[in-house]
Amino acid sequence: MLSLFAVEIPYWGQSLLRVLGGLVAVLLPAGTIVYVFLFKMMSFMQSRLGPMEAGPYGSMQLFAEVGKWLQKEDIQPDNADKRIFRMAPIVVLMSTFLLVAVVPFGPDAWFTDFETGVFYALAVSSISVLGILMAGWSSANKYSLLGGLRAAGQLIAYELPMVLAVIGVVIQAETMNLQQIVVAQNAGSIFGTDIVGNPYVLTQFVGFVVFMIAVQAELTQAPFDMPIAESELVSGYMTEYSGFRFLIFFIGEFATAGVFAMIASTLFLGGWGVPFSWFGWTTMDSVDNWMNVAGPLIVFTKMMVLVFLIMWIRFSYPRFREDQLQRFAWKVLIPISLANIMVTAVLKVAF
Amino acid sequence: MVNQLSSPAETTPVVDTVRDQVLADVQATLGAAVVDSLVKPGDDIWIRVSTLSWNESMKKLQAMGFDYFCFLSAIDWLPSPFGRGEDDPTEPAPERDTTIRPGYTGGDTRMQILVRVVNSRTHVGINVKTDVPNEVYTVDSIANVFAGANWHEREAHEMFGIGFVGHPDLRNMYLPTDFEGFPMRKDFPLLARMVKPWPGIVDVEPLPGGDAESEEAS
Amino acid sequence: MTILNDPVSAKLGDRAQLSYIASQAADARLNVELETEGMTLNIGPQHPATHGTLRIIARLDGEQVLWAEPSCGYMHRGYEKLTEVRSFPQVTSLINRIDWLGSFANEVPFILAAEKLMGVEAPPRAQWIRTILFELSRIANVSLFLGDLGVQLGAITPVFMAFRDREYVLNLIESATGGRFHPNFDRIGGLKDDLPAGWIDETKVVMKKLRNFCDEIESLLFGNEIFQSRTRGIGVIPRDVAMQYGLSGANLRASGVDWDLRRDQDSPMAWNKVDFKVWTHPDGDSFARCWVRLQETREATKIVDQLLDGIPAGPVMAKVPKIIKVPEGEAWVSTENPLGEMGYYVVSRGDSGPFRVKIRSASFNNISITPWLLRGVYVPDIITILASLYFILGDIDR
Repeated sequence: MLSLFAVEIPYWGQSLLRVLGGLVAVLLPAGTIVYVFLFKMMSFMQSRLGPMEAGPYGSMQLFAEVGKWLQKEDIQPDNADKRIFRMAPIVVLMSTFLLVAVVPFGPDAWFTDFETGVFYALAVSSISVLGILMAGWSSANKYSLLGGLRAAGQLIAYELPMVLAVIGVVIQAETMNLQQIVVAQNAGSIFGTDIVGNPYVLTQFVGFVVFMIAVQAELTQAPFDMPIAESELVSGYMTEYSGFRFLIFFIGEFATAGVFAMIASTLFLGGWGVPFSWFGWTTMDSVDNWMNVAGPLIVFTKMMVLVFLIMWIRFSYPRFREDQLQRFAWKVLIPISLANIMVTAVLKVAF
Repeated sequence: MVNQLSSPAETTPVVDTVRDQVLADVQATLGAAVVDSLVKPGDDIWIRVSTLSWNESMKKLQAMGFDYFCFLSAIDWLPSPFGRGEDDPTEPAPERDTTIRPGYTGGDTRMQILVRVVNSRTHVGINVKTDVPNEVYTVDSIANVFAGANWHEREAHEMFGIGFVGHPDLRNMYLPTDFEGFPMRKDFPLLARMVKPWPGIVDVEPLPGGDAESEEAS
Repeated sequence: MTILNDPVSAKLGDRAQLSYIASQAADARLNVELETEGMTLNIGPQHPATHGTLRIIARLDGEQVLWAEPSCGYMHRGYEKLTEVRSFPQVTSLINRIDWLGSFANEVPFILAAEKLMGVEAPPRAQWIRTILFELSRIANVSLFLGDLGVQLGAITPVFMAFRDREYVLNLIESATGGRFHPNFDRIGGLKDDLPAGWIDETKVVMKKLRNFCDEIESLLFGNEIFQSRTRGIGVIPRDVAMQYGLSGANLRASGVDWDLRRDQDSPMAWNKVDFKVWTHPDGDSFARCWVRLQETREATKIVDQLLDGIPAGPVMAKVPKIIKVPEGEAWVSTENPLGEMGYYVVSRGDSGPFRVKIRSASFNNISITPWLLRGVYVPDIITILASLYFILGDIDR
């Protein structure tokens, strides 16, 4: 990206740009998701209009919400473990930022280029489990405790299908580097034709479905929102939080949804790229520089498509009970994803 | 249902063979426990059983087929010393009749327990009353016969002060634990009417499309 | 507990002592938090799930309930005492508020009991319109139940459809009676007023919409596998237990008992003039109860359609004296209300007002089964079971 402007930026400048870019990469999708899906799409599905007052068609509602939460009193229960109570929301949001660090947004527009990007991404995504447990325990509230314990069980259970679903992709791409996976998908060909490249959603369809279900569970969205089950536990582990801390949880929920969708689009839908054959590119180096500007937009679009799926299912389905949820993870998703790995491995060797 | 206002020419009384038969069966089964009974044709059956046979009688009724427990409650037959809450507090309280006159199937005591059970196959119901002894307001509990009576007896206990022997868990249903008094008894005043008596009935509506000169206190 | 202070019961026999001691001990048990095992969770009285201020005290072992008990009384308004200082026409405005979602249905049994005691029969037109409004209140009440059912289980969308379609019914009730929620329309001897012009055609249109709504809910909510796995087999109530506790309405019919007071009871209302099916379900679990209510709502729309076609002409009010004094006697009338069997036992002394009114409300009996039913279920199932039993707080607490 720096060669685009042919300007020498000192190192601290680059770091500053990276930090700002990271903030934008997390908060912009979060805000867009909240407005488009939570305010508008959910309302339209429920045959109502949603927020219409703040700004044209309610577009400023998000800022109104942020302002509202910021000016609320910060209430901490007397019995709460104060330090952990304050740390918990930050831990949850931190995992989102760590996760977005490996998502590539263009041929040169990336924050970090790990060789083991997939491994790193799956590892840091489980830091939020710690944050949720901390929130549930330190709230000194039986409802929060129930919510936190349910969350712990659920999130750990659904880590496994997520990991196993991605292994198929790794086998097919022969690399764990997310940038290389994008290139492998867009430069590749499927069934002898390279019109669409080789997006792994076609060959790894089972893995894609398992991954999306696991993501739905990792985000504690319905039908897996036992930890937050509003009609039973009020807000589960978030019950005792108010003001700015609740805002962090709120943003974290949707930011994580966005980032997971970005990871999914990178692994399965081809990330920032369009099939190279459309523009006659062959390898990474032959990709034009304007792709660095178009890449983030393409990632954004693919992310919105996947988040639409997530939100659509969230608004339509009732929630699973905890034991049904666990049964689904251990007895259904894990065997399916293991079978997927075996089939992928066999086919990889065969073809 | 007979409309006595519309057909005064009908003098032959309606006979309810179904209910008469049911009452005969009940009297045959309960025997001497039935102190009094009444059948209103086309309407309902009332019986009054002796207090000592209360639990036994309910068991027998259940065995007879009256398996659906509708409700259990109590009636306090003492006329309210406060009237209908319309007394002027500045005047001395008017003289009121204090004789206890029970209703259908009579009664010898101030309070009576009223239970309704229904036969779920024939859909015939029976109202069963029993006297609550005046010296100590206690009867047997029928929670071991009809499990649903548990809550109803708790409510009757807190509202009327009637004890139920054999009830597993007799505590207040609605009122706080430290509430003093028994609200549904007639000598327990309704505070709202003590504070502000009702100024007389001034809300009788005119009949639809009719005259409007009807407002008159009763 | 002031039994010992009561001058009448100063001479206590053994039996009174026993009952007094038992009541004190029961109180003590409730007030002491026995922290030996399990966690005591308080659901309510303020809680998104309970339909009002119902408090459930549950002793948990992890996610399983060891015992759970509702603690009622947060909404007790003392209706039975209040009726004793009111005149007969005034009582209707009071009892509207027992089951506030299907309010017209609360007035009807009381009015019928008073008419029974007076020997007055409302003219046929009034009876038909009463039946129509009764069924409309059933539709208004149960359609909210169907929407709320989704919210309790986590599906947040059906409730908006329920409220949207319920608005049509409430608008109908308002145009006929003047009140959306508390019509206060029934009078001893008939109704307050006749129907407005165009109401019948409007109602037919609305009934079609409500049938569409029932189909929508059936496919969106009842057809959903997660809903089925959350409700099938949960909270099974066998027939004889239901009988003992006095369950009524859809709860009873979902346990396989074919009993509907509209069909099985002689009543001056117009139910015997129409054909309708009484829905039962053999399972007795939560799914059965919800499913029966859905079918009953659809059936109610069909009943209203049939009734609309045949309303007789005539007056809507019989000749009753202006100041109503009901002759001495006792009467019991119960009807198949939206929540179950609601009945009034009216004792009259020839006064202008009742001597004693016992209000038999359906939800009181329906909820009395929860201590027996909630042992051994999971915490989310508490919500499912309560949602399927369906109660209104005003009905429990009166």
